[in-house]
Amino acid sequence: MTKIKVENVTKIFGKHINSALKLVEQKKSKTEILKQTGATIGVYDASFSVNEGEIFVIMGLSGSGKSTLVRLLNHLIEPTSGSIYIDGENISKMNKQQLRTIRREKMSMVFQNFGLFPQRTVLANTEYGLEVRGIPKEERTKKAEAALENAGLLPYKDQFPSQLSGGMQQRVGLARALANNPDILLMDEAFSALDPLIRKDMQDELLDLQQKVRKTIIFITHDLNEALRIGDRIALMKDGKIIQIGTGEEILTNPANDYVKTFLEDVDRSKVLTVENAMIRPISVNVEIDGPKVALKRMREEEVSVLLAVDKNREFKGYITADDALEAAKRGEKNVVGILKTDMESVAPDMLIQDVLGIISESSIPLAVVKENKLVGVLIKGVVIQSLASDTEEVAANE
Amino acid sequence: MNKMLDSIPSLPVADTVETIMDWLTSHLSALFSFIQDGGKNAMDFITEMLVAIPPVVFILVIAIIAFFATKRKFGLAIFSIIGLLFIYNQGLWEELMNTITLVIFSSIIAIIIGIPLGILMSKSIVAENIIKPILDFMQTMPGFVYLIPAVAFFGIGVVPGVFASVIFALPPTVRFTNLGIRQVPRELVEAADSYGSTGWQKLLKVELPLAKSTIMAGINQTVLLSLSMVVIASMIGAPGLGREVLSALQRAQVGNGFVAGLSLVIFAIIVDRLTQSFNKKK
Ligand SMILES: Nc1ncnc2c1ncn2[C@@H]1O[C@H](COP(=O)(O)OP(=O)(O)OP(=O)(O)O)[C@@H](O)[C@H]1O
Ligand SMILES: [Mg+2]
Repeated sequence: MTKIKVENVTKIFGKHINSALKLVEQKKSKTEILKQTGATIGVYDASFSVNEGEIFVIMGLSGSGKSTLVRLLNHLIEPTSGSIYIDGENISKMNKQQLRTIRREKMSMVFQNFGLFPQRTVLANTEYGLEVRGIPKEERTKKAEAALENAGLLPYKDQFPSQLSGGMQQRVGLARALANNPDILLMDEAFSALDPLIRKDMQDELLDLQQKVRKTIIFITHDLNEALRIGDRIALMKDGKIIQIGTGEEILTNPANDYVKTFLEDVDRSKVLTVENAMIRPISVNVEIDGPKVALKRMREEEVSVLLAVDKNREFKGYITADDALEAAKRGEKNVVGILKTDMESVAPDMLIQDVLGIISESSIPLAVVKENKLVGVLIKGVVIQSLASDTEEVAANE
Repeated sequence: MNKMLDSIPSLPVADTVETIMDWLTSHLSALFSFIQDGGKNAMDFITEMLVAIPPVVFILVIAIIAFFATKRKFGLAIFSIIGLLFIYNQGLWEELMNTITLVIFSSIIAIIIGIPLGILMSKSIVAENIIKPILDFMQTMPGFVYLIPAVAFFGIGVVPGVFASVIFALPPTVRFTNLGIRQVPRELVEAADSYGSTGWQKLLKVELPLAKSTIMAGINQTVLLSLSMVVIASMIGAPGLGREVLSALQRAQVGNGFVAGLSLVIFAIIVDRLTQSFNKKK
């Protein structure tokens, strides 16, 4: 069933809209139009429909009009022309009251920088949508607490957003949206501000959630991996126009034109996969504080035989092994400096897996993932191979 | 050349203004005298109340407020005690109470007018384009210019003093309210809209709370500006510390002038620190 239908929607910012439209028809470029008329093409002639229960990803480079498009859907931005139907109702024709009802009951938005109100507690933030609908205090608290419970954030309900980490803040953002129980979730680069490991967790959580509640989700990203990972269908935008819509597989195998082709850069799965996507959380010791006993205890808890060593600033220093730590503990050493080994290779998070496969297959120990000297993750042979394999499975499943 | 310029008849600006003022005063005289009488009664009442409070109690209350408002530090509390005792000691207590009444009335009226104006300005570009130049104009005018319409409308006394102070002290509250609301991050405004807030809900639940500290900074300035008007307002008969300064000035009594001036400064410092610390709280 079609949930959202977008028909020939155009949004042009600025004055001289008609002359800008003429220039678009003459296939003039966006920058040229801006120079000649001062008007910016936000979105041009976009048409698509989204089915109920689908995750529809809109992707494209910065400035391609993704945010504009998603804001047209809930009418935060008014279209210059074209129509948008939600459940068959044309929202451009609605009055303020009807529009508010749609926003309150049918769709909720999750923002890139979380959009949480800093003066409100986590609970009060989560209640916001229910509050403006005039739902009585008791009932809305119950609903908001349930939403926070699902996000695992109930213990933090009386904290303020600034007291939480980025990942937790975005979970609050998501809980706030879900507390409304909307049919449609609009997510504008909702995970882009998060660091890569948390981002992957959040993607997983979103997919889990989707299994359970089946919302219609419009998800914006400029990250191809993210798009392929969570999108049922993907729309690719360039300079305000939608240039291709299809499943990840369709777009990969049948790029609509050269732009898409270069954009995807003949995506062989191992090429698209970056170190960031395959790395896991590093288990580390602090060389300036921890001694061999602490190190051994941590190894036992985490069931590993190698710990990565960092200093107070999380700068990568090397690694220590279980055997050495045991020896050092027997000798009664108070710190791990004596057993620190430095022959571990490090890689950068934005390197392609393909390029590090050689290093990792030769190495008997994990690889440290280091960004600006800081340890951000660790690459383990088994996990890398597994992630390559699971990606091929996904491809097979899509076919 | 001069002849040519002189041949242009002098434009009757002064006459026109006078006519307008005459019209206003004669047609609205009932209203003005009502405000004059009502305002004077209300202010006299407040002053009498303040004077009726035993000075010791008054000073202690201020000191306690200062202590808690500054996160339990003793500095401002001790300064308030010593400063206020000094004013009492110099026999200026009643004048101080008169000044407090004047400042309270002008500030409250300026805030009551200023915040809605600021909100209006932040919501409408047209309103901003109209109000902004007026505020600029108001702020470039020396304060005592406002005494002229004040006297024309209300005669002399404390009410025209308040009137002139309000006009003089109004701009910062308006400006900062406007600024504070416009500074609310776009994403938060979008969040409020996307959850279906009405304009009022957005204003009361999101914009004003986020603009609060900016607005408070404006209010602080408004209070200090209205305080700075007390000397000028005393030129048209407003009672208080300002009048002491003025009369010392007229009689060239350096010593008395110094004492009254110092008392004003002490009071200004207490007011400034107190209003600032209310803002910093949390
Ligand atoms: N309020 C506005 N006024 C004028 N131009 C705007 C406005 N909002 C967006 N634009 C322009 O519209 C175009 C599309 O912007 P949009 O924010 O939708 O891009 P985006 O794809 O979301 O980019 P990003 O990945 O950087 O968020 C840009 O050229 C931008 O400059
Ligand atoms: Mg964007």
